[in-house]
Amino acid sequence: MHLEYKVYEADFVNAGAASSAIKKTLKQLNVNPQIVKRVVVALYEAEVNAIAHAYGGTIYADIEPDKIVLKVEDKGPGIPDIAWAMQEGNSTASPEVRNMGFGAGMGLPNIQKNVDKLNVQSTVGVGTIVEMEVNFV
Amino acid sequence: MEKTPFFHALKINEDTCIGCSHCMKICPTEALRVRDGKAVLMPDRCIDCGNCFKVCPTHSIFVEQDDFEAIFNFPVRVALIPSVFMGLFPNDITVSRIYSILKEIGFTHVIETESSIPVYTAAKTRYAAEHPDIRPLISTFCPAIVRLIQVKFPGLTENLIPLRAPIDITAMYIRRKLNHDEGLKDDQIGIFYITPCAAKIAAVKSPVGEEKSLVDGVINMDSLYNRVYHEIKKQGKAYKEVKLPVSQLSADAVLSSLTNGERRLSDARHSYSIDEIHNVIEFLEKIENEEIEDVDFLELRACDQSCPGGILACDNRFLICERVFGRARKIADRERKGEQTKDRELEEERNYLMRNMKVGEIHPRSMLVLDDDITKALEKMKKINEFRARLPQTDCGICGAPTCDALARDIVCDNAELTDCVFIQRNLEARGNMDVHESLQIMEVIWGKDKINDYVKKK
Repeated sequence: MHLEYKVYEADFVNAGAASSAIKKTLKQLNVNPQIVKRVVVALYEAEVNAIAHAYGGTIYADIEPDKIVLKVEDKGPGIPDIAWAMQEGNSTASPEVRNMGFGAGMGLPNIQKNVDKLNVQSTVGVGTIVEMEVNFV
Repeated sequence: MEKTPFFHALKINEDTCIGCSHCMKICPTEALRVRDGKAVLMPDRCIDCGNCFKVCPTHSIFVEQDDFEAIFNFPVRVALIPSVFMGLFPNDITVSRIYSILKEIGFTHVIETESSIPVYTAAKTRYAAEHPDIRPLISTFCPAIVRLIQVKFPGLTENLIPLRAPIDITAMYIRRKLNHDEGLKDDQIGIFYITPCAAKIAAVKSPVGEEKSLVDGVINMDSLYNRVYHEIKKQGKAYKEVKLPVSQLSADAVLSSLTNGERRLSDARHSYSIDEIHNVIEFLEKIENEEIEDVDFLELRACDQSCPGGILACDNRFLICERVFGRARKIADRERKGEQTKDRELEEERNYLMRNMKVGEIHPRSMLVLDDDITKALEKMKKINEFRARLPQTDCGICGAPTCDALARDIVCDNAELTDCVFIQRNLEARGNMDVHESLQIMEVIWGKDKINDYVKKK
């Protein structure tokens, strides 16, 4: 099953809408609650990243019988050094974003912790694609 | 996942139900449908919160209770009574007078549920210290909340504190005390809980995480109120009070069944106290997504204003709260003056109670699951999305389901037809694929023959 959601730059008010919708779907599919939690946490982080750091983007979710494949594609400044961004505490978030309680530099590391497969591709000045997979069993 | 059905205290009287669908619209778990002109309950979804009871215009939703005379099956008859009950009476009716009337009408012992609050609070604190990895911890004080989490938030069942509720602890205490002090055998003692709500009855009749209930019967608070108030009226103004010993509750214990009653006793750093079922659902959605972090403890209550808002607490909930507060203020005064010691209730059995506090595992019983087989569930979900796209999203309820989404789900689960939707019917009629008699027939299946005939007659 294929699902798509749009997210918009600096729209923190609606941050979490896509992860909530996907949570609702996975619960109906009887996916183990602990796995649902991991999906939701990882996707929420990625969603907030696209809202906080980029100029918005699109979330694609493909639910298969044994896993969920998620792709968050944003148009934005891109990540110059992905390895650096993958380390806890490293963040380029603006003070404004930090004041809202986001941008603690835990985004990508937290995603890493919760997914079974993670692939981050980024082109500076163009955007970032975060691909994640979580297995159901 | 548990498969045995829930016991439900809420029942529908088919003889008086007019199939108005008010209950269906308000149900927070979409557990009601209308079929053949009557409300129908889906037992796997109902959590006994009582919202339907409140809105029913013909009082066709009722709460099943044990016959009052059943207390006389036991030589020793204990009234296990929540302090909210005292809040039903005006301030000039003393607690001691209520106790004495309860004894006149048949009980041999009276104990207030909240007697066990100090032990309960200590047990919760101990559990929190033993399980630093589970956060937030969610109180199991309100049984409707426990069921809500089982059916709607299965991922949070492990956050529920698996301890006995105060009513069970107090029941355990009084039974042991009567065993010891009066040499009574278990089958000589009948413990009857006076309930402010339906969920507590359901919890007593089919306890979650426990094999057997510690309470022998349940009496609805409104019916006992009638009996007691009747006695007060019979006594009249000439009544001379004889002071009886009453449960020595602390102010904290008296307040515990009100909103914030547990949170104020908790030493958790970050805690929230939330009442009313829709508020709770909204908050749990965020907790489940981990959008709210660093929460240590949640006191969640299904009713607005907690137990004073229970459907059987038969007075305005704000008035009850104020009377309960008034009593707590007086006790707090005595505590300050040293006339009453604090937190000493059930002291002599504290160790025994603390040892017997745990209940078994609380299992999820999700109402949301479409199929145990995920491939089939995905298939069904695809179909649901297809049907949903064809429905008008007006959530009008004319199909006998509370929302268009619920109808889409019902269709896929073989509980409804797409043609139950009145918009689809009109569309088919316009295209010449359905005539008015066919659509009227569909309406009859949902709303009953009488409703449609009556309408024609009225014209």
